[in-house]
Amino acid sequence: MPDPILQISDLHVATAGKEILRGLNLTIRAGEVHAVMGPNASGKSTLAYVLAGREGYQATAGTIRYEGKDLLIMPPEARAREGLFLAFQYPIEIPGMTTLQFLKAALNTIRKHRGLEELDAIDFLALVKERAQLLDVDVDFLNRPVNAGFSGGEKKRNEILQMTFLDPKLAILDETDSGLDIDALKIVAGGVNALRRPDRAMLLITHYQRLLKFVVPDYIHILLNGRIVQSGGKELALTVEERGYGWLEGPDTRISEEKAAP
Amino acid sequence: MKDIGPVADLYRTELSRFEREIAGTTPAWMQQLRQAAGTRFADLGFPTTHHEEWRHTDVTPIVKTPFLTAKRGPDIAKAELEPMASWVGAGHLLAFVNGRFSPSLSLLKRLPEGVIAGSLEDSCVVSSGLLEAHLGQQAQYDDHVFVALNTAFLKEGAFIYLPPKMVIEEPILVVFASCANGEATVSHPRVLIVAGSSSRATVIESYVGLKDDLYFTNAVTEVVLGEEAVFDHHLLQQESRAAYHIGTLAVHQGRNSTFTSHSLAIGSTFDRSEVHALLAGEGGSCTLRGVYAATGRQHVDIHTRIEHAKPSCTSRQLYRGILDKQATGVFNGRIVVRADAHKTDARQTNNNLLLSEDAVIHTAPQLEIFADDVKCTHGATVGQLDRDVLFYLRSRGIDLEDARRLMTHAFGSELIRLIAQDRIRNRFTELLSRWASPSHSESLPA
Repeated sequence: MPDPILQISDLHVATAGKEILRGLNLTIRAGEVHAVMGPNASGKSTLAYVLAGREGYQATAGTIRYEGKDLLIMPPEARAREGLFLAFQYPIEIPGMTTLQFLKAALNTIRKHRGLEELDAIDFLALVKERAQLLDVDVDFLNRPVNAGFSGGEKKRNEILQMTFLDPKLAILDETDSGLDIDALKIVAGGVNALRRPDRAMLLITHYQRLLKFVVPDYIHILLNGRIVQSGGKELALTVEERGYGWLEGPDTRISEEKAAP
Repeated sequence: MKDIGPVADLYRTELSRFEREIAGTTPAWMQQLRQAAGTRFADLGFPTTHHEEWRHTDVTPIVKTPFLTAKRGPDIAKAELEPMASWVGAGHLLAFVNGRFSPSLSLLKRLPEGVIAGSLEDSCVVSSGLLEAHLGQQAQYDDHVFVALNTAFLKEGAFIYLPPKMVIEEPILVVFASCANGEATVSHPRVLIVAGSSSRATVIESYVGLKDDLYFTNAVTEVVLGEEAVFDHHLLQQESRAAYHIGTLAVHQGRNSTFTSHSLAIGSTFDRSEVHALLAGEGGSCTLRGVYAATGRQHVDIHTRIEHAKPSCTSRQLYRGILDKQATGVFNGRIVVRADAHKTDARQTNNNLLLSEDAVIHTAPQLEIFADDVKCTHGATVGQLDRDVLFYLRSRGIDLEDARRLMTHAFGSELIRLIAQDRIRNRFTELLSRWASPSHSESLPA
């Protein structure tokens, strides 16, 4: 069995003074695709943000080891350079910076960190064209400011495009399926599937099992009230589709009525 | 305010010396103009911070420094000026060193019949009538002591004339380079641009310091646009980090004329830049876009005044400020709509990015509206770098320092990318990028 890329043990995370994750355990190994499913406010996005290192998400107990190292002490950029990638649920707009500039800055930073030469303009553009085609992205649209005025589907495709550039070891996809119509979903899923590799792990975070029809995970975990309450194979998604999340609620896993802070 | 102190006395002494030196070399009307302006200068005196227009900008350091009139610049080599000028490519170059025209550094290609682009002094011989009709008419020295001072020393400068219907594609670059050589000096650059009806041209005014010298540039530019003329103006302020810069751009627009100006102010320790545009004919359009960036103890002050004198004119002002460390900034945008200027459409926006706790910006719109049927809007914002964007960049491997630099650059780029000509846009972009880069800010005095 390969070594774990990610090992989360008894993780407790609070945001805005409220505990959202309450003892979460999860281990992901190279080559595996895991899905974490759960209803609103179960802690899905908190998990994504604490992994990526967003400020305001405090780990109050527990550990996260990434390739054996303590992830929680690493700044966000160090995590990214070490191969952790988060596809945002709500990609951020950057007025005044084109997607090409953004991609180039990110790619060259990461290449430099990995001891590779920076790509020159010609090689970079060739790479852009190739990857843009894979995700059916119009190259012209890469000359527009990052995510500004993009549709929901364009934003999500842009996230996956970035992922193909940065060549991550662990890709976390936060609600990548939300806001996508079926055609866009298929394109995005195709892009994600093309990135599956024996040395790369993925964590899909989703409310619905829609995406999981196209990107079939090896393991599914149900997150409720800040804890994983059920783990299983891909068939667990179908159970959730049929029965919802209610059947999993026990006295210990009552879903908080309050919504988690965004 | 008549008691204007020893430095004003110094200016008066310098003025008398100047008049003696140039006696008989300029037309009588010009001498009269200088004299009237000199008298007005003495009457006005230097402003203090009690003066409403100078409330946040203290000229004491200028008043207290005995700046001597710049001598003809030390012979600077073409290579020294090259980086400041070569980027413009195949265009025309008028070069000035310490306010004096330098034919050897200039590059005057053959211009179409009737076009003038050259030294104001030389033009006195053949175009005296044109100069007399326009010099001192747009930039009013009556109520502006620094314009008065510039006009009192009026002799040299740049003159650009376009006959009606003339279209010039290649930009004309006017560079005012300063090099004080250890002595605090002042120069009074002057530019006059007269664009005939339906003419079209692009001009860049660039103020550069060749060393980290202490000097004072007191510039005045007058632009007169005939009916339907289309004029693209650019202003680059890259003075030395010890220098003082005061500049006034005065524009007079005829019917249906279009004036667009892009400015980038990154140099000097002190910058006061004013734009006065008069929409004097129906249907005129005036667009001012400017980026000012200051750090260390730099002070930058932008004062604009757009006057809608006739109906159906449009004005747009979009200014962005970036202030780091202990830098201070002022944006004061005035829109005046006269009583019969119906259907005026005026907009003004000023956005500021404060990169440190100590940086300060004073921003104030001033609207004076005397007509009824008008559309006037204004808005000002002051903010910090967006934390969500910072996180987004960092989550892609970009470190905090680089993320801040990229975002700062992006903030200014949003205006710069609206520059029509590629070369000029690229140059502005490059200069802003260099300003924002860490190696640059490290070399700056705190």
